[in-house]
Amino acid sequence: MSEHTVASYDKELGQLGRYIAEMGGLAEKMISDAMDALLSMDVELARAVVSTDQRLDTLQRQIEELAILTIARRQPMAVDLREIVAAIRVSGDLERVGDLAKNIGKRTLKLAEEPRIPRAAIGLKHMGESVQLQLKNVLDSYAGRDIEKARAVWENDAELDAMEDSVFRDLLTFMMEDPRNISFCTHLLFCSKNLERAGDHATNIAETVYFLVTGQNLPMDRPKGASSSMMTTAK
Amino acid sequence: MSDVQVMPQTSGHAPAAGRAAPVKLEVRNLDFFYGANKALKNINLRLETNSVTAFIGPSGCGKSTLLRVLNRMYDLYPGQKAEGEVLLDGENILNPGVDLNLLRARVGMVFQKPTPFPMTIYDNIAFGIKLYENLSKSELDGRVEHALRGSALWNEVKDKLNASGLSLSGGQQQRLCIARTVAIQPEVILFDEPCSALDPISTAKVEELIDELKAKYTIAIVTHNMQQAARVSEHTAFMYLGELVEFDETQRIFTAPSMRQTQDYITGRFG
Repeated sequence: MSEHTVASYDKELGQLGRYIAEMGGLAEKMISDAMDALLSMDVELARAVVSTDQRLDTLQRQIEELAILTIARRQPMAVDLREIVAAIRVSGDLERVGDLAKNIGKRTLKLAEEPRIPRAAIGLKHMGESVQLQLKNVLDSYAGRDIEKARAVWENDAELDAMEDSVFRDLLTFMMEDPRNISFCTHLLFCSKNLERAGDHATNIAETVYFLVTGQNLPMDRPKGASSSMMTTAK
Repeated sequence: MSDVQVMPQTSGHAPAAGRAAPVKLEVRNLDFFYGANKALKNINLRLETNSVTAFIGPSGCGKSTLLRVLNRMYDLYPGQKAEGEVLLDGENILNPGVDLNLLRARVGMVFQKPTPFPMTIYDNIAFGIKLYENLSKSELDGRVEHALRGSALWNEVKDKLNASGLSLSGGQQQRLCIARTVAIQPEVILFDEPCSALDPISTAKVEELIDELKAKYTIAIVTHNMQQAARVSEHTAFMYLGELVEFDETQRIFTAPSMRQTQDYITGRFG
């Protein structure tokens, strides 16, 4: 894309891009650290994740302020308008991913007080890896304006949904085996829900990237995975 | 009747095959020359009835020239000529036999700078009506009031209709000119940068007016203000160096234009 006649306009858009890149890096690291903390019951790391969330919130606020200021100053059109709207939307999604990672951190602190069956967390490990990959790919697609990559992320979310379903069934089994597992497994159940939601935010970002590049929206319904856990938990 | 597929172009709101609205003005293969200089190159577009079409583009791109062709304003100047067709309700207005006075009564124009006549506010409006119609005093009063109300000026001038049109503020003068154009009940109104000399409040009033006028008239507007084009129009034409680069729904032009040149222009990346 060639440059604007007004150079300070390019600076503002560039700054928005840098903020998003920083948020993306932080959110990825938070999910990754939260999963490491959970799987190794590392209380220190879990606390670090919880405290990092503040930085993400601050960045999101800065993005919103800059975006509003840019809209007021430049009355952006076409690709610039989409760029700014995309920055607002992506920052919102990344901020939520941070919240979800923080929640996993908090639950790790609880779980570490009374660790029971470590093998119950193995399914979550796969979910965590899948979310991290989705996040990495979608942030790459944003940075590279790559709609094929964005579309792949969007389609791959079904896999994560299926994993969540399988984790749900495993945890249910552990709980039925021994009611003393219930508290422990319930926390893990929430962690798996958090990961599934983080995946949803990755697909939201994928949709935003598609809109940013093409000006069009992806279709409303994307491929869905198994959903028995949804049906059960919805009650 | 049910097997009639394409309705005539003046058929009100009946949906024609493949098009949402009937066409009021159609420009076909239009070239325009200032002497030897070709200012418009093969322009093709359609203005839909009761909608606003905006023309944008950098200075010298031909948008004002195109507007001046639509009511043959260029005829006033020697050495300027148009080739191609401009169909108003299917009739080619570029034909030599067309009655220019009648044409300009059907296709009115509002200019960049307000141009009130040096006469009273009342006469500014009545003057044009008297050229075309023979009305009684009370009928004429009614028409003047109607035109002033229609251009959102009545409340500001009703107590001083005998004051000079030149005594009004710039924004009021421009609305007076719009009232003058509306008074003779045209079918198409051409606006050539109607707000470029106005403050934001007056601009907003004129835009509000354009929005109301489109219920009755077909409107074309040339503007340098892209946000204005985005606000007031249904369709937007982007012109560059005498060519029509892109013509599409306004919504699309300003969010996701398909041509690179359009994108560069509306986002401020030009030159």
